[in-house]
Amino acid sequence: MIAIREVICITCPKGCNAKAWKEKGAIKIEGKLCKKGRVYVQQEFLDPKRVLTSTVVVENSKAKRLPIRTAEAIPKRDVFRSMDQLSKIKVRPPITVGDVIVSNISNTGVDVIASDDLLA
Amino acid sequence: MLSKSHLDLAIIGSGPAGLAAAVKARQRGVKDLVVFERDERPGGILKQCVHNGFGIEKFKEELTGPEYANRYIKMAQTDKIDIALNTMVLKIDKNRTITSVSEQCGLRSYQCKSIIIAMGCRERPRGSLGISGERPAGIFTAGTAQRLINIEGYMPGKKIVILGSGDIGMIMARRLTLEGAEVKAVAEVLPYTSGLIRNVVQCLHDFDIPLMLSHTVAEIHGNKRVEGVTIVRVDSDWNPIKGTEQFIECDTLLLSVGLIPENELSKMAGVSIDSRSGGPFVNDFLETNVQGVFACGNVLHVNDVVDNVSSEGEVAAAGACLRIKGRMPDLKRKISLEGDETIGQIVPQALSGEKEATLYIRVRKPMAKMKLRIGEIFERTYPFARPSEMIRIKISKKVFSEIGDSVRILKMQCEEK
Repeated sequence: MIAIREVICITCPKGCNAKAWKEKGAIKIEGKLCKKGRVYVQQEFLDPKRVLTSTVVVENSKAKRLPIRTAEAIPKRDVFRSMDQLSKIKVRPPITVGDVIVSNISNTGVDVIASDDLLA
Repeated sequence: MLSKSHLDLAIIGSGPAGLAAAVKARQRGVKDLVVFERDERPGGILKQCVHNGFGIEKFKEELTGPEYANRYIKMAQTDKIDIALNTMVLKIDKNRTITSVSEQCGLRSYQCKSIIIAMGCRERPRGSLGISGERPAGIFTAGTAQRLINIEGYMPGKKIVILGSGDIGMIMARRLTLEGAEVKAVAEVLPYTSGLIRNVVQCLHDFDIPLMLSHTVAEIHGNKRVEGVTIVRVDSDWNPIKGTEQFIECDTLLLSVGLIPENELSKMAGVSIDSRSGGPFVNDFLETNVQGVFACGNVLHVNDVVDNVSSEGEVAAAGACLRIKGRMPDLKRKISLEGDETIGQIVPQALSGEKEATLYIRVRKPMAKMKLRIGEIFERTYPFARPSEMIRIKISKKVFSEIGDSVRILKMQCEEK
């Protein structure tokens, strides 16, 4: 049986519908899509990725939370594992936006960075 | 600032609209300017919007809310812009005198040559929905829940139902799921989502959260704490359909049912409010009916992307600078934009013909392949249109000399093709 996945393209606000599946080792895509959309749907079918954004606990500061994000998109399947890892992180000021908070989160090769300053 | 009683420019609010306005005004040479901010830090609501997707137009990057705010705060710091924190503006009068209060300075008044209002918007509360039931703990607006989680570090609940498919509601559905809560459903009274498709996909589909269109919350159960809600299907007039009720057990109900521009101060100043946009009537300089008072950002109309908010701040600042320097053109001509029943809202509502104009339009209903017309000056076919996606149009100054001086009304309509 061939597993068909429905994908909504989000490269632009139009939100086109497409179907993607594997057939004899090749990826088939069905749907009215533009060039960019085709690339997106293929990526989304093969290896969906997301930028993870969240917060971590702050100590020794008036602020209680520091907003963070992955520097790049990580595989979707690693999102919850990364959240578990982030829930154990505690940071202290001073921190500057862009500082690495966790390197190589969940072995994805991607760093988690601060998305705001935390003044001392 | 402390000893002054006069200002060239007062900007009320240091969110994305106010900060962009301040930076632009300083670039245009306005030295005597103060940004008033009631919170203890600048940045406005962006500070709690920790998700990404901000700044695609302004910075060609997908920043988080705090990162986007941070860029403008740093620009303001470099330009040595005076931001009066913990300072609440209580009143603006018709002569452009503002009254503010703060712990540090007490009660103060400033006579201003120009004022830019940039106070943003508020969430529609439970009270305006008329849902029956007790008043238990566990009912929050989506933005309040966002603040609790992202700034204060508290979880509002464990089992969640969200009413309304606005962007903040969907973003909170994802945020709560990531933090370990179970989001049972998002109910939307309309037959289509009121947020962006991208959020439906990345916030709901990604986590298998059901989006129940044409559904609403009929009753909230629980006395001390929310114990569940009754969800019911509605007809096209939003009337509940008998026999479709279903009980969903939950401890928390989030409301994401619309945003309302916060215009209490504007009204005190004598600014007229457009009931369609919920914000002031403005011209293409974003000047209100009160000369010298300009509006930008979500206080003017609720935007869907922050980049537009910053751009409006810049337009308002440019206009305010013209007033301060006495260089505003004599606005003899006023071309009103009048939308028919297909148009939800238009900002600005009138044009002077003195500059290139940027129009922001929302349609009333979703349409596939739509043709938009503005009088004789504009016609374009769009592949789709939705109320949740604002349409932006630029009209060059040249167009206005071409149509002749006698044109005072431009009718706007769209039709599905």
